[in-house]
Amino acid sequence: MAAINLSAMRPFFRLAVLALALTLLPAPPASGETVRVAVAANFARPAEALADAFTAASGHAVVLTTGSTGLLYAQIVHGAPFDVFLSADTVRPARLVAEGHAVAGSTRTYAIGRLALWDPQARDGDPMDRLRAGRYRRLALANPDLAPYGAAARQALTHLGLEAHAADRLVFGENVAQAHAFLATGNADLGFVALAQLAGRQPGGRYTLIPAAWHDPVRQDAVLLTRSAGNPGARAWLDFLASPAAQAILEEFGYEVPE
Amino acid sequence: MIESAPAIWLTLRLALVTTLILFLVGTPLAWWLATTRARVKPVVEAVTALPLVLPPTVIGFYLLILFNPGTPVGGAWVSLTGDTLAFSFAGLVIASVIYSLPFMVQPLQTAFERVGRDHLEAAASLGAGPWDTFRSVVAPLSLRGFVTAGVLSFIHTVGEFGVVLMVGGNIPGRTRVVSIALYDHVETLDYAAAHALALGLIVVSLAVLTAVFLINRRYPVHAG
Repeated sequence: MAAINLSAMRPFFRLAVLALALTLLPAPPASGETVRVAVAANFARPAEALADAFTAASGHAVVLTTGSTGLLYAQIVHGAPFDVFLSADTVRPARLVAEGHAVAGSTRTYAIGRLALWDPQARDGDPMDRLRAGRYRRLALANPDLAPYGAAARQALTHLGLEAHAADRLVFGENVAQAHAFLATGNADLGFVALAQLAGRQPGGRYTLIPAAWHDPVRQDAVLLTRSAGNPGARAWLDFLASPAAQAILEEFGYEVPE
Repeated sequence: MIESAPAIWLTLRLALVTTLILFLVGTPLAWWLATTRARVKPVVEAVTALPLVLPPTVIGFYLLILFNPGTPVGGAWVSLTGDTLAFSFAGLVIASVIYSLPFMVQPLQTAFERVGRDHLEAAASLGAGPWDTFRSVVAPLSLRGFVTAGVLSFIHTVGEFGVVLMVGGNIPGRTRVVSIALYDHVETLDYAAAHALALGLIVVSLAVLTAVFLINRRYPVHAG
């Protein structure tokens, strides 16, 4: 290997030292607290919009960490430094409370997801007609055992009396994002996704909203974590989620707001 | 463990079929890489190594796009078999062959290169054709390379997760392999079942790898 010309490297060293020094500086002082929020990945987009509105209104900074609900749950149990957990279900927040990792009484439903039936290639017609008539090759849904949207999709199929009829043509995404990917890439031609994945975008094809009465509500619960019980910023964030400003954002992203 | 049996059987079948196809595809490719003086060699080597670098879920996502019945590849498959490549065993095999390709090609290429020019020239001077040379000189001298490449490809396919997650569709008995079943157990907080499956995976992998290293030590192949 050729010898490295050290004097030529000097500017790079200077740059490296400067970069290192910058990482050691404390974060820019905000007027309020910093709230660290663990967010279910399917709620990342609305969470960003909510965080911007919250910071503008309160002066508290928000740092979002996204991941699957199961992964974030496991991280919280093992001491991950989050203040608030925005779950994609109700099971994990309840478990955190039961296990003492979250503050009892702090749990609240921050959003209710709506299910949609999507036919990404359709130019006309109602996707529901295709579902009832069985005119599809593959029906995509999230795994009912893992994902609340998957459980809701299975309930909708049962409500329609189509569960047995569809059984050998079902394909399961690990979560509703993967069910969406199966449809968006054309490998499945009909499927259940979250309205929030289609609302406010140009998803192509046609979709129809599944009546809320056909399945249990897809409730998403938020909870304050025990280590942050005394963090006023974290409590302010939870209160903000129930405010009219936050509810307007939620509806814009295809969610229903709790009563 | 009984409920995991279909996933285990499927995983072993997938790894076996993938390894056999990789022997057929990887051997000529590794031989070409070991002997060529073509200028494109580094490029082909880099492309072969690409699955090591790309995140598996990214590979899986682009395979989904490739498998789309609207594309020539996906469409041809549907008209041939009546089934989509995505969510099928054949699709998993294609994905696994691509994903495990470097684990087949790189050990083979190293083994072929180690045979050395002298042996090849000696064989040629005795009148052996290329196929004869490969069969009676190169292959026996590269036996360890074949064993290593086969085992690494097999084990790597068994442990594969991200690619299968994307293209499989998690259909029990069809595309739900052990790693996906394991992930499902973790996500549904069924940690006991997850531990059992993970333990099985580790024990089998360790046993196979130990056996390979043992064989490699006991039966060293000397070139010359």
